[in-house]
Amino acid sequence: MTAPVLEMDGISKGFPGVQALDDVAFRLFPGEVHALMGENGAGKSTLIKVLTGVYEADAGTVAIDGRGTVIHGPLHAQRLGISTVYQEVNLCPNLSVAENVFIGRQPRRLGRIDWAEINRRAAELLARLDLDLDVTAQLGTYSLAVQQLVAIVRAVDLNAKVLILDEPTSSLDRGEVGRLFAVMRRLKDDGVAILFVSHFLEQIYEVCDRVTVLRNGRLVGEYPIGELTRFDLVAKMTGQELASLEELEEATPEAVQGERLFTLEGVGRAGAIDPVDLDLRAGEVVGFAGLLGSGRSELARLIFGADHADSGRIRTDEGPVSIRTPRAAIDRGVAFCPEDRKGDGLIMDLTVAENIVLALQAARGWLRPLSQRRRDELVDEYVKALRIQPPNPDMPVRNLSGGNQQKVLLARWLITRPRLLILDEPTRGIDIGAKTEIQKLVVSLAADGIGVVFISAELEEVLRISHKVEVLRDRRLVAELRNDGSLTPERILQTIANGDADT
Amino acid sequence: MNRAALTSRLAAFARSSLFWPVTVLVAMLLGNVIFTHGFLAIHVRQGHLYGSLIDILLFGAPLILVALGMTIVIATGGIDLSVGATVAISGALACYLISKGHGLFVAIGVAVVASLLLGAWNGLLVTRLGIQPIIATLILMVAGRGVAQLITGGQIITINDQDYKLIGGGYWLGLPFAIILVAIALGVTVALTRRTALGMLLESVGGNAEASRLVGIRAAGLIVLAYAFCGLCAGIAGLMISSNTLSADGNHAGLWIELDAILAVVLGGTALTGGRFSLAGTVVGALIIQTLDTTIYTAGIPPRTTLVFEAVVVTIVCLLQSPAFRAKVMRRRRRRAKEPAPATSKQEVTA
Amino acid sequence: MSDVLSGVVARGRPLAPRRRHVPVLVTLGLFLGAFLVGAVRYPNFGTAQVFLDLFIDNGFLIVVAVGMTFVILTGGIDLSVGSVVALSGMLCAIGTMKLHLPAPAVIPLVLAFGTLFGAGMGYMIHVFQVQPFIATLAGMFLARGLCLTLSENQISIDDSFFDALALNSLHLPGGTHLSYGAVTALAVFAIAAFVLQWTRTGRNVYAVGGNEQSALLMGLPVGRTKIQVYAISGFCSALGGVLFALYTLSGDPTHAIGMELDAIAAVVIGGTVLTGGSGYLVGSILGVLVLGVIKTILSFEGTLSSWWTRIAIGVLLFGFIALQRLINARHRAAAAST
Repeated sequence: MTAPVLEMDGISKGFPGVQALDDVAFRLFPGEVHALMGENGAGKSTLIKVLTGVYEADAGTVAIDGRGTVIHGPLHAQRLGISTVYQEVNLCPNLSVAENVFIGRQPRRLGRIDWAEINRRAAELLARLDLDLDVTAQLGTYSLAVQQLVAIVRAVDLNAKVLILDEPTSSLDRGEVGRLFAVMRRLKDDGVAILFVSHFLEQIYEVCDRVTVLRNGRLVGEYPIGELTRFDLVAKMTGQELASLEELEEATPEAVQGERLFTLEGVGRAGAIDPVDLDLRAGEVVGFAGLLGSGRSELARLIFGADHADSGRIRTDEGPVSIRTPRAAIDRGVAFCPEDRKGDGLIMDLTVAENIVLALQAARGWLRPLSQRRRDELVDEYVKALRIQPPNPDMPVRNLSGGNQQKVLLARWLITRPRLLILDEPTRGIDIGAKTEIQKLVVSLAADGIGVVFISAELEEVLRISHKVEVLRDRRLVAELRNDGSLTPERILQTIANGDADT
Repeated sequence: MNRAALTSRLAAFARSSLFWPVTVLVAMLLGNVIFTHGFLAIHVRQGHLYGSLIDILLFGAPLILVALGMTIVIATGGIDLSVGATVAISGALACYLISKGHGLFVAIGVAVVASLLLGAWNGLLVTRLGIQPIIATLILMVAGRGVAQLITGGQIITINDQDYKLIGGGYWLGLPFAIILVAIALGVTVALTRRTALGMLLESVGGNAEASRLVGIRAAGLIVLAYAFCGLCAGIAGLMISSNTLSADGNHAGLWIELDAILAVVLGGTALTGGRFSLAGTVVGALIIQTLDTTIYTAGIPPRTTLVFEAVVVTIVCLLQSPAFRAKVMRRRRRRAKEPAPATSKQEVTA
Repeated sequence: MSDVLSGVVARGRPLAPRRRHVPVLVTLGLFLGAFLVGAVRYPNFGTAQVFLDLFIDNGFLIVVAVGMTFVILTGGIDLSVGSVVALSGMLCAIGTMKLHLPAPAVIPLVLAFGTLFGAGMGYMIHVFQVQPFIATLAGMFLARGLCLTLSENQISIDDSFFDALALNSLHLPGGTHLSYGAVTALAVFAIAAFVLQWTRTGRNVYAVGGNEQSALLMGLPVGRTKIQVYAISGFCSALGGVLFALYTLSGDPTHAIGMELDAIAAVVIGGTVLTGGSGYLVGSILGVLVLGVIKTILSFEGTLSSWWTRIAIGVLLFGFIALQRLINARHRAAAAST
């Protein structure tokens, strides 16, 4: 039994309001591919930032090759042999392939950079991983998949003992994933320890040796991949084993036969979601269930026109409609609360009141402002209805807590009286009380005849309020399950794990 | 207003972005009051008001006007370097037409319409061709100056229309007409941005373009409107400047006014990156620049040193507004206190 | 597999121009085209001396454009160059004429001053996060103001060292000559091109301009690089000022007004992108030559007035920027479809 090349023990890291990591232990052995898994908020990215020196842990130890160290920053981590390749590939697209590998440490001859040497060595390094590229071409002319491989080559040449791959396959097609895995196996044979962060189940099982699961900042466990079924893995990640069926009220939403609002026929977008058929009805809550990265948000964005669909059509009862911009969707009564509240949702500069009336005002156009009195009325109504704290409409929205910011976002869309409301992870990062409020709100909206798409990683929540559940996995819609009283979280998990509806 | 309300109002002001600019302006005015005899005095001569304070407002009028337009453009996250050229073209067109015998209103009308079109051109370059605002407006800044010189034939056109003089040099109800014009412009701008939803939508577009798109705001039209408005303001300022001397100088009119205008906006607390904007802040910023000029003049300091003082004031205000600078200064003061050093390094990694 | 294929194809056609070289080639084509137009139209135009005169008359702009290129490559901008040119010229005039110091002592001091001035602005930009536009604008005001404060009027330079350099020139075969100012400009270009292509400092400039965040994560000295480019620009502006003082044999507070715009225009026309990371020094030089040849044509024409230069430059700028957008858009569309 070889000694671990990396050993982290008792790592804790907290931020104001949230304990991101709580007494986490982690071991990595040379020559293994180790998966780090967990849903959003599990602590994966914090753990990696501690490892790369971006954060300093509040407590705990890190040992490399048995020697305890404190990692001061990315450059220090690099020198200790820990290299990271990020999802957005942090290289310089305007420099050549060879230069990216050697920038900052270019070999010199007679006081000048030896380009011939750089090109030669880069080609050699790439060839060792079976890559044949024009090393003098600009990195930006190559696809993201190739750029990733160049980043790996750079890391390896920097004598990486630990290579962290952060969601490397999110933008790759099957062929490119295969090539990446071949490179990873090569590196494995060379004794490099690879930490593979991903949410694609099949890929984890294809290439990894062991897996560590985090949940809510705590270590759930460390397992050899052969000893863990997919179902168990998904269950551990989502915590369904701890699922207190106590909280599951027996209230199953009544069946609904509302009018058809929209029908999706083969709607898809390359690299985001494979073509999907879906019916959306008035008064019906449709839950999207699946792991992070399974295509839930991507599908929602296509319905809202936030992204262009490559294939398929959206129909209403009046015929096919074109929803290619948010404006078009809003004009047809669709509303969308995006997953990234701060980045895509709220305007941080503006006040609570302004954020709330923004969609309504945008629809009216700038020449028809809401009167101050009407605005105050509306804002007060919704602040009270959603219990937004503190109830001060003139406060800049950036000063509110996450939960209240989400409520502001909800209020914004509810004011527009939509026919279809799409909610992408509306209860993430919110306390239990607010969560329940929002769930009750969704149920009452459906009762009023509004169609709802509800995306959440928490299955009990989805089950509590959805009439039917669309299960997504690895960017495909794999099943549509009716919530007829016999649907359980376990069955949904099975579907996610196995990719089909058969138990 | 009771004490509690007053203190909370003051506290809100202290925290607002208007605090430092107003403080600096008040300090400069106070300095003037102390060191210059009769600074606050206002005389009445022939039914017209005169005085140092009036001078500041009068000489600063064109800058305030241009800066107002610039504020709107900067709010959308853009910038307009071509306002100086527009100032020159506007004055040149008006004087040229008047010198050729056309009526006053035709001349003014053509100048105003031309300014609007020039602004709209900038807006289209930014929205349709997707060119960065700084580059898009640089084109008109260079070419426009040439056009102004073309219109005036490289000379200074002088005219003799006393009605025209009213705009920049005349008086109305005792006050210089220019000040009244600026007040009207300010009123119109405030009405346009705060009485309609335009202000809020502009701040939204500048504050977060993607979120604005997802809310259904169609930014393109608003942005073209912003640049056209900026052009209009510059055009009127150009009329003011040329009417004051009853002449049009294609070479020098409006030279570098864009830089002063941008400074006025930044001094007033509006961020160059866009979003929340403050018209009041811009006016204060423009007044700071103008007061500085007037102070130097009345204090008998050679006017050639004006630029140095401006540079110093700008640097001070920019440093005060920089969070990094304030943090450094604070850290030096707090070195004694037992505060644990922040563990999080400044390098943000998007993992 | 497709990029491997394209790699093979690319290597199989060594003479085909790379996409990234296209803008400079366009500028070269433009310059040659303009020169040809002049040569055809005017009998005395198509001579070697007229070509060399471009370097003689625009040497200082070449040096300033070199400094500006460094700054723009990192994604920044320097509005102070014109004012620093004027201030440097004024300092030369005052140093030699009023303080009676020998020119070989004054010039290095002026260059050192320019470098420090630039480094100061770089410090404000990097450490205090003041935007380059505003910081260099303040620098512009400060430099111009100092220049005016030193002297409101022109000061003629009548110093033996300056006179010797100004009145003599380098004689070249064919009866042509090149001023020492032009020679200096060409030397600066050569050294700067070497730095950008063959030293780590130069390559860091490209990296920071390409993606500052990535450069930071790759462990490159981003802060130092940013301050360095502004210091280089300050040095080039000061040197440009010395050359301008040599060319005009005077220091004058109204010198070089608007030179920053000319420098920026030259850099943009030369194919360097204002967002940073891509561009070649030779392009900036060609940009200066294009501006120069336009001015020369107009002076040969005689009847056309100087403002046509401005309009022409504006139109050129528009053309090049639209071209850059087109190339970018097509490149992005191609990348998205792979």
